[in-house]
Amino acid sequence: MFCQACQKNEATIHLTEISGGKRLEMHLCQACAVEQGIAAKSQMSLNELLSSLLASAPDDDQFHDSLDSDLVCPACGETLDLFRKDALLGCPNDYEVFEKVLAPLIEKAHDGATSHRGKVPTRAPADTVKQTELLALKQQLAEAVKAEDYETAAALRDKISNLEK
Amino acid sequence: MKLTDISNDVNEWFSGKGPSADVVISSRIRLARNLAGHKFLSRCSDSQKADILEKLKTVLMSLDLGDKVSYLSIDKAPLLERNFLVERHLISRNHAYGKGPRGVVIAHREFFTAMINEEDHLRLQVLRGGLQLANCYEQVNRVDDMIEQKVEYAFSPKYGYLTACPTNLGTGIRISVMLHLPALKMTNQIQKFLNAAKDLGLAVRGLFGEGTEATGDFYQLSNQVTLGISEHEIIEKFEQTVIPEIVDYEQQARQKLLRSDSSVLDDKIARAMALLKSAHLISSQEALLLLSHLRLGVNMHEHMGASTPGIESIYALGAGRDASATVSIRTINRLFMLTLPAHLQINYGKALEPSDRDALRAKIIRSSLGSSS
Repeated sequence: MFCQACQKNEATIHLTEISGGKRLEMHLCQACAVEQGIAAKSQMSLNELLSSLLASAPDDDQFHDSLDSDLVCPACGETLDLFRKDALLGCPNDYEVFEKVLAPLIEKAHDGATSHRGKVPTRAPADTVKQTELLALKQQLAEAVKAEDYETAAALRDKISNLEK
Repeated sequence: MKLTDISNDVNEWFSGKGPSADVVISSRIRLARNLAGHKFLSRCSDSQKADILEKLKTVLMSLDLGDKVSYLSIDKAPLLERNFLVERHLISRNHAYGKGPRGVVIAHREFFTAMINEEDHLRLQVLRGGLQLANCYEQVNRVDDMIEQKVEYAFSPKYGYLTACPTNLGTGIRISVMLHLPALKMTNQIQKFLNAAKDLGLAVRGLFGEGTEATGDFYQLSNQVTLGISEHEIIEKFEQTVIPEIVDYEQQARQKLLRSDSSVLDDKIARAMALLKSAHLISSQEALLLLSHLRLGVNMHEHMGASTPGIESIYALGAGRDASATVSIRTINRLFMLTLPAHLQINYGKALEPSDRDALRAKIIRSSLGSSS
C-alpha cells in the first residue's frame, strides 16, 4: 500500500481515527508521518533520552520540594548540576547520595525496571548475593501482582520470606 | 603488535564465516565495569586515571586469554592509528577521541579487546563473525570472572554493576548485532524493520556505532535496557527471536527480488560491478554502497544458487583475469575494510589527502576485481 500523502513510498504507519461518529483511516510513510507530526522523527539515542529526562527534571516537584539540588557527594564532590551537564556520575557512592532523584530516571531509562537481575560478582560477600536475589524476587513479585498472577505471587512471597529469615 | 601486521587483511569477525553470515556480519557483546573505591572517570584527575589504567592493564596482561595480547596506549597514539582501530571495531569513537590516560588490550586475533578508561574504567568486548551471541557472552563472562578474582568491582545489590552513566546500570551489557540488509532496502521495507526495532526498545545505528548513519545497508542493532533483565534473558531474546526474524525477512526480500523484481536487482548489481571495475576516483561512501550491492549478489549466488544476468556480471571473466580469481565474500569483505580511510593510509605508509585516497581506493578495487585497466 502506498502512502496517501506522497503516493511514492510504502505506507508503514496506519492510523484509524474516530471522531463525531466518523471513521477516518490514514496510511502514511514514515517521512510524511513525521512531516504531519504523527510519528517521532527517528529513534532517540540513549544519551538524548537521558538528557531530555534531565532537562525536564528541574520542573519536577521533587527538585523543588526537597533540598536535593544542594546535595553534594562527600566522596567525589558530585552535584546534580554537574550530573545534568553530561549525564555522568562522579563515583559509585552517588547512586546512594542522589537515590531520590536518580530512581525515577533509572526507571524511565530501563523500561520500568527498578532493580538488578543477572550476574553477581563471585567475590561479592554472601550477603550481597542474598540482597541481590531478594531485590530481584521483590521486583518479580510486584510484576506478578500487577499481572494478577496470584499463584506465582504467592510462591514468590514464600521464597522472599524464606530468604529474609 | 604492529598495526601493519593486521592492516592488510580482514579480521576474524569480518571473514564472512559464522552462523547466518549471509545476513549477520558480526555479533558483539561488551560489559561495562568500574573499580570499587575509585571515582568514575569524569571526576578523576589525570594521575588518578593513570593509577586506574596501570592497575587494570597489569591485571589484564596477566590473564590467559587463549591468544597473544598486546597493550596499546591510546592517549599517546597518533590520530591515524586511533582511527584505524575504530575502523576495525577494536576501540570506540569515544575512546579514540577521549581525554587523559587511556588504553586498550587487544587479543591478536582481534576477537577480544578491553578498553581501559573509556566512559567506564573497563569495557570488555568480544566480537565474532555471524550470529554467535551465546558464544560471545561465554567468552566475555569468563574474562570478567578472571578479572574479578583480582579486583573488586563497584556493585550494589539493588542496581547491579554501577556505571558512570545510569543508562548502562545493572548487567552493564550491550549486545550489538551488525546486519547487512540490502534486499529490505531495495524492496522499500527497511522502515518496517526500523519501526519494529523501535517498538522492541532496541537502538539502530550505522556501521561504526553511536552517532553514525547506516551506510552501505549495514545496520547495528543493540539493546538499550540493562537493568531488570538478566544477561541470559536478553541474549536469548536476541539470538532466538529478534535476529532470526530479521534474517528471515531479509531472506524473503531476497527471494522476492529474484522472483518478481529481478531487473531491479540486476540493475543494482551490474551497475555496482561496472562502476567498481572502471572508477578512477571513488569516495568511501560510494564504495560502501556499491560493495554492498556486490555482496548481495555474491551471497545470493552462494547461498541461493541464484544466477541472473546481473549476478553473472560479477563472475564474468575480464581481460587479464583467470578463472581462479573468483570474487568471493572474502574478497568483498576485504575491500570493505581495506578501502576505509585509515586502512588506506596505514597500508600506504603515510597520510593522504582525500582526493589521493579516492584514487588509491579506486585502484585497489579495480585490481581486486580483475579489471585490466
